[in-house]
Parts: sequence; C-alpha cells; structure tokens
Amino acid sequence: MRANRTLEIGTGMFVLLGFAALLFLTTQLPASGAKLGRVKPGYNVTAEFDDIGGLKVGSPVTMAGVHIGQVTRIRFDPQDYKAVVTMRLDAQYNQIPEDSFASIQTEGLLGGKYVGLSPGGLDTYLKDGSRIDQTQSAIVLENIINKLFAGYASKNGEQAAGSAAPADQRKPAGNSGKAESRR
Amino acid sequence: MSNGVRSNYVLDSLVRLGSVLLFLLRILGQCLPALARPALLMKQIYNSGARSLIIIMLSGLFVGMVLGLQGYDLLERFGSEQALGSAAALGLLRELAPVITALLFAGRAGTSLTSEIGLMRATDQLTAMEIMAVDPLRYVVAPRFLGGLIAMPLLTAIFNVIGLYGAHLVGVQLMGIDRGVFWSQTQGSVDLHDVKEGLVKSVVFGLACSLIAVHEGYHAEPTAEGVGLATTRTVVASSVLILLLDYALTAQFL
Repeated sequence: MRANRTLEIGTGMFVLLGFAALLFLTTQLPASGAKLGRVKPGYNVTAEFDDIGGLKVGSPVTMAGVHIGQVTRIRFDPQDYKAVVTMRLDAQYNQIPEDSFASIQTEGLLGGKYVGLSPGGLDTYLKDGSRIDQTQSAIVLENIINKLFAGYASKNGEQAAGSAAPADQRKPAGNSGKAESRR
Repeated sequence: MSNGVRSNYVLDSLVRLGSVLLFLLRILGQCLPALARPALLMKQIYNSGARSLIIIMLSGLFVGMVLGLQGYDLLERFGSEQALGSAAALGLLRELAPVITALLFAGRAGTSLTSEIGLMRATDQLTAMEIMAVDPLRYVVAPRFLGGLIAMPLLTAIFNVIGLYGAHLVGVQLMGIDRGVFWSQTQGSVDLHDVKEGLVKSVVFGLACSLIAVHEGYHAEPTAEGVGLATTRTVVASSVLILLLDYALTAQFL
C-alpha cells in the first residue's frame, strides 16, 4: 500500500511537472502563443505597406507603446505591388480614429519589427474591415546606411571641388520634400 | 553467392520491418482496453517517465548551459550577444530537446522495457499468461508502449524548460546579458510553430522508441544471451531511427 502511494505521488508529480512545462512553452514563450485555446474578442483592420521589412504574423501592434493587438495575416497584392497586413485589434480598444497612422518600427537596433499606430483626429473610429490609409514602411537599416555613405561620399567629393555649401543645403531640402510627399 | 547473401539480408530487413509494423497494429488494437486499466498504465508512466526525470533534468541543465556558453562566444563576435536567448530557445525547442531526450530515453527507459519483457519471455511468463487466456499484449506490452508514448513529450517539455533555465543561468548570471532583453528576445523569436515542431518530434520519437523497445523485448530469443542482444538492438535501432526521423521531420517543418 505504501509503495503504491509513492508510485501514485511520483507519477502525479511527473505528469503535473510535464504539463506545467508544456503550458509554459506554449503560452509564455512565444509572444503570439497566448492565443492558443481562447480567442480574444477583437476586430480586423488592414493596412498597405510598400515594404514590411521583417514583420511577421504574430508581431505586436502597439499604440503609445502599449500592446493593443497583433498581426494575423500578411499577403502580397499583385495589383499594387504592396504588402497587405491584416491586424487584429483587441475589442476593448474600439475608439481608435479612422485616420490613424500606421508605421512599421523596430524594437531596439536589431530587435523584432512591430506595427505602431499613432492616433489621428477624426471622430469616426476604426471598425471590423476598416483600412488604414496612412502608412509608413519599415525603415531598412541597410538602406539608411547606403544613403548615409552615398551622401558622405558625394559631400566629400564636392568639398574637394570647393562647393560645399550648396551640397549641404540641397541634402536636407531633398529629404524633407520626400517625406512631405509621402504623407 | 554474394547475391544470395545480399537478398537474404534484404529479405531479413524486410521481415523485421514488417514484423515491427504488424506489432504496432496489434498493440494499437490493445491500447483502448489498456487505457481501461489506469493502474497498469500509471505504473509504466512512473517507470519510464518519473524515474527518468533526474537524468533528463540534469542533462537539460548542462545542455542549456553549454548552449549558453557556446552561443555567447559565437554571438559576441558579431556584437549581438542579446540574441543568445532566441538562439538557445530555438535550438532547444526544435532540435536538442526532442533528440537528446529521445536518445536518453532509449538508453534509460527503452533498455529496461526490452530487458523486462525479454526476461518475461525467457522465463516463460508470457507463455504462462497465454495459457491462462490472459493476453500479454494487453497487460504487458500495451501499457508499457503507452507509458513511453505519454512520457516522452512530457520529458521533452521539462528538458526544454530546464535547458532554457541553464542558458539563462550562463547568459544572464555569468555573462551579464540584461535579463529583460534575454527574455523579450526569446519571446520575440519563438513562434508557436517552433513549440509544435518540438512536440510533434517528441511524440514521433516516443512512438518509435517505445515500439522498438517492446518489439525487441517481445521477440527476444528466450535465453540470457538473447535478452542481452535484444537490449543492444533496442539502443542501436532507436538511436539511428531517432536521428533519421529527426532529419525527415525537420525537412518537413522548415
């Protein structure tokens, strides 16, 4: 009887430990794992991006740094050559202005990508099936480095030729013009 | 002559493969009745699961710690030692935990299953059961097979968690990576898909290991030497099959 009891306790503890470990692995470890089992009430919105960088299904969607949803689907639109990202926002955040601005950002220098929403000013809110029109693509680090080096090289070259001032002025003007046109 | 030997060898392998698969079908037929006797099943989960716990936890800890050291050394060269968490977690979840757990399981639990059943065969206990109209497949083989099948994924999950803790121990406590960065990087890179991959692997390995162990024991030569040979065959066949299946499953999942 006594031996039987240790056996039962041992087995019970082992199975409990195993399932606790399994639960930890499935729910705590992956950022997208908590959705297993229960589906949080929410609504889907889409946004089109020129370049999603390393955005993945399950990447977080944040507003003011707070997690409000996640990316559920990414597909390529062959008509516009754009990436269509579907996001599921938690139902409790149902007062996000329709003209909000979505941008793909990076956690830290080499961290994962996420979608950051900044609020717009309209009184109409995003609802299931809405489309976010104003988007900004992922900033690809390599491109910035390339631009930086290209700018640096051309600046140096022109300095050597004795016309540094126009080059300095042209650079920022060109940049801000581009940003304006994108918005 | 050589052709004859070869065809004999091929035929033998074929016979063995067929016998293993038929044995699997026969066990599967007895699995439901075996589930109706939870006490027998529980004893086997205890034998192959709970009693393997120490070796699994110890191995998991050291595998995780080694992963932490090696990963840190490698990642530091690229200045991205923060990625240690994700490297260790993915390595453990996808490959190391299922494979090492299965290899340890084959050595620790598989051998004991084979020798136990083999000895029952050698001492005519199985025959005695058959004479008493007690199906040894139902009362001896099926509970052991199911016990191994249930124990393996649980052992793998425990191996994973302890291994991660080992990597955390080396990375955070020893090497001074920021704790929050370590875990957020880990969580950011691990997908449910990776967990699923490890889980599927461990279930498949559990099935393969348990099946080979009970098959070899059940069909062992009823002599002392025969039982010894069967035990050896269990370890060799399980280990090779685990690594082979691992390649096939990885190719499927990637």
